[in-house]
Amino acid sequence: MEKFVQIERVGQTFDTKKGKFVALRDIDLNIAQGEFIALIGHSGCGKSTLLNLIAGLTKPTTGVLLCDGREIAGPGPERAVVFQNHSLLPWLTCFENIYLAVERVFGGKEGKPKLKARTQAAIELVGLAHAAHKYPNEISGGMKQRVGIARALSMEPKVLLMDEPFGALDALTRAKLQDELMKICEATKATTVMVTHDVDEAVLLSDRIVMMTNGPAATIGEILEVKLPRPRDRLTLAHDPAYIDYRAAVLEFLYEKQAHVEKVAA
Amino acid sequence: MSAMTMSGEIGTKKPVDRDNSVSVAATNVREPAKEMKMEKAAAPVAGVPMGEKLANLGKAILPPVLGLMVLIGIWHVATHKGGSIPGPAQVWDAAVVLFSDPFYRNGPNDQGIGWNVLSSLQRVGIGFGFAALVGIPLGFILGRFAFLSSMVNPIISLLRPVSPLAWLPIGLLVFKKADPAATYTIFICSIWPMIMNTAQGVQRVPQDYLNVARVLALSEWKVVTKILFPAVLPYMLTGIRLSIGTAWLVIVAAEMLTGGVGIGFWVWDEWNNLKVEHIIIAIFVIGIVGLILEQALILLAKKLTKEAS
Repeated sequence: MEKFVQIERVGQTFDTKKGKFVALRDIDLNIAQGEFIALIGHSGCGKSTLLNLIAGLTKPTTGVLLCDGREIAGPGPERAVVFQNHSLLPWLTCFENIYLAVERVFGGKEGKPKLKARTQAAIELVGLAHAAHKYPNEISGGMKQRVGIARALSMEPKVLLMDEPFGALDALTRAKLQDELMKICEATKATTVMVTHDVDEAVLLSDRIVMMTNGPAATIGEILEVKLPRPRDRLTLAHDPAYIDYRAAVLEFLYEKQAHVEKVAA
Repeated sequence: MSAMTMSGEIGTKKPVDRDNSVSVAATNVREPAKEMKMEKAAAPVAGVPMGEKLANLGKAILPPVLGLMVLIGIWHVATHKGGSIPGPAQVWDAAVVLFSDPFYRNGPNDQGIGWNVLSSLQRVGIGFGFAALVGIPLGFILGRFAFLSSMVNPIISLLRPVSPLAWLPIGLLVFKKADPAATYTIFICSIWPMIMNTAQGVQRVPQDYLNVARVLALSEWKVVTKILFPAVLPYMLTGIRLSIGTAWLVIVAAEMLTGGVGIGFWVWDEWNNLKVEHIIIAIFVIGIVGLILEQALILLAKKLTKEAS
């Protein structure tokens, strides 16, 4: 298997008022190009910490992270992040929010018309052409998150990192966006790492599900390969025995093997 | 005749006085709510029938007018037996004379009230402008660099509670002239709120926005123009509004001490001439100008933040 993102012996320790806090230890993970990875685990297990490490927003205490053969030294547009709370700039329209990203990545070699066309394409990809010139506070939470995804995709990143992108949305909007995301990932062949706490979401979207043990000092507990054929359809899968087995496996990990959240944390 | 003119005067001038005390304290709270309402209410307002609109207008205007009338009534009752304080009617008559020729010049110490107000405004404008030029960038720097901030903060904490008038002798010493010394006093009193509010705004820029900047690897120029400046703008405008309020308070006192032309000096001059009506007129004028400055800045803030958000 091709190693596009390599995570080797990575650990993360934070200095807190009460002394050192080991958030992550001994993380080893290789991600192939075009693969969809879900990071799942109980809250406080360091899923987001790991995502921030891949994004380069934080630096590991030990170990090394590589992307496309180069060490990840800091954040950059080749590893686009879709933030949990969308993080759109409220004083820019949806179009301008995406344009800011497009301009940064392609502004050096392309003219304005081309940049605008790219922005328009990204906004159409998530089905929001009609809301392009609205401000973030004028659109719904689901739409904001779609703009966040469009902004990330518009940069044509090598890796798409998503931190519980649909966590704050209602179930129906979430399902719709999951379907859209699946289509987009299939069309763009984006390498994606998604943090989630939603078992169905993980099984539906992922090629592999990385299950994390409880913190502190969390690490990878198990990795589940999801060999369901694509394109996947949530209604068909609901009765698919394989899907049910995968789902059960994740649930078992979360609620049997890693059930004692409070005790472990204490 | 006097009763008629009195209430007429009340109608035009009193809302100022009453609103002033309310708006200074409450603008911070009121403003965001108003903005939100404006956006949402825009459509339904068109459908409200004319009669209801008038009724709402009446509800908004009636209490302030009533308050003014009560104040003028008390003033009238307190002064109608005579004494050193003139009553509303006397003041009104003096005001009519005074405002019929606000821009005359009879030498440097006898100029129309218009000139006096304008020269006070000019001092405030210059002192305030310099304070903005220095204070806002300094606030940005202090907000951005924690080390500098902890270096400068104790000094600011020490100097901020000092009455700006305590700086006046230093100003006189340095500038040798009264006029720049007064301007300098305005500069000193305006600069603290601008530094502190701007710095606070910079520190409160949500980490999410800065993370976006980091992921996009935006240039420092883009970070400042596209993220920091718009995020800090509301804080900056609050600082500016607080500054201009203080500056207008301080200019009167500073001019009383330095002399020349200006509303503060004029008050003192009229006291020496024992024209108490003119002092009362000056109080109203100072109040109205202060109110106009405040409202203009609120309007500006609303316009800018609406464009920005």
